[in-house]
Amino acid sequence: MSHSEHHQERNSLAYAIEHKVEVYAQKCYQCGKCSAGCPVADEMDLPPSMVMRLLQTENAENDDKILRSHSIWLCVTCEMCLSRCPMEIDIPSMMDFLRQKSRSEKKVNSKAKNIIRFHKSFLNSIRFTGRLFELGLIIDYKRQSLNMTQDIALAPKMISRGKLHLFPDMIKDKALMARIFKKTSNK
Amino acid sequence: MKVGIYPGCSLTGSSRDYNQSVFALAEAFGFEFIQIPDWNCCGATAAHNLNKDLSLALPARILALAEKNGLEEIIVPCAACYSRLVVTQNELRKDPELKNRISEVIEMDYRGTSRILNVIEWIDKYIIGKLDDKIVNPFNHKVACYYGCLLVRPNKILNYDRAEDPQTMDVVMSKIGATPVDYPYKTECCGAGFSVSRTDIVSKLSGKIIEDAEHRGAEAIIVACPMCHSNLDMRRSDINKYWKTEFKIPVIFVTQAIGLAIGLSGEKVGLKRHFVEVKIS
Repeated sequence: MSHSEHHQERNSLAYAIEHKVEVYAQKCYQCGKCSAGCPVADEMDLPPSMVMRLLQTENAENDDKILRSHSIWLCVTCEMCLSRCPMEIDIPSMMDFLRQKSRSEKKVNSKAKNIIRFHKSFLNSIRFTGRLFELGLIIDYKRQSLNMTQDIALAPKMISRGKLHLFPDMIKDKALMARIFKKTSNK
Repeated sequence: MKVGIYPGCSLTGSSRDYNQSVFALAEAFGFEFIQIPDWNCCGATAAHNLNKDLSLALPARILALAEKNGLEEIIVPCAACYSRLVVTQNELRKDPELKNRISEVIEMDYRGTSRILNVIEWIDKYIIGKLDDKIVNPFNHKVACYYGCLLVRPNKILNYDRAEDPQTMDVVMSKIGATPVDYPYKTECCGAGFSVSRTDIVSKLSGKIIEDAEHRGAEAIIVACPMCHSNLDMRRSDINKYWKTEFKIPVIFVTQAIGLAIGLSGEKVGLKRHFVEVKIS
């Protein structure tokens, strides 16, 4: 790809993103439409257009700033940035990559802890049953996040409306599910 | 007619109302749904946030099971599952090496031949043409059609409706007698998977969507996604607390509205399970 020729820094984050997710940060010309349309930009420490700009510098300190940012975890994957980007830069796929890299390099922003706990509780739930067990997910998340009182009023209302199962709905091939998790483990 | 269905986890639990209305419509229009045998969770937001390969393997197993069971076409009522399945199909089509690797992970052949339809595509393809004869109770209400994110985006991959100001749901609702209002929040995000971990963000974003629908005189917000529904409906008391107000507008699945229009009871289409009372009938 011709875009790769821009790179001097083979160990830069932008280079890794090009090779792993085929997203070219250098294409961004800072129009700012991604940040304007992003529903969570005002909560972010680095709005998406800023992440793009920092990537372009290929500077180790800036790369580190991105991986330690709260932003990458606040991205809800609504895909608005991609749909409005005049250069069709796939920021959502890039965010998935950045989140995984941030975790593998142990650079997760401390403010993102509950978001990650929730994702982990979610995956734990399907690892053993194959399908999401919503009550189990909530209990596991509460245990992890210590938010014991949160949503305590919601559960009985869900149960009375038949919206919360008390027992998990399990798939037959649970052994395969366990193997799928094992084979894709990124630890 | 036999068509495959992937209900997904929400429809068996927190979105049983949606499930009920989808199956009620199927029954009313002579459809026999075949559930993909032994289907698993699509991995949702959690998988693609934390583990790319897992986020492809889980939907790939679902699609491989559909193929194995001869289900060439599958209906996916949950917009989030729909998005994960279509995105996975697209990624594996682009990259044969990745396809082979994922096929090994799921220990099944995967061809990627399934036709995946979201709920509006299903209605468009099989139901809309038969509606005129069935409508006994026109849905004469002003509505705000809320598509959310994953029904229309990523638009280049889904290739479904236009990304800004989509129309397919508006057309369906007009067909059953409703008057859709102009609604700029159609494709704004409700906060999606942050329902539990960042309820404050969901309350803020969902509140904007609700406030504008009420402001424009809509009597109901119409949705086609369980995640949007649970954020706008089940989270209503959190939203009202956040906005220090009492939003009253109900949130109705498009399939429930059609059900009412063809004379099914509110109970039959699951309206009794909502958190925000639905006075429309």
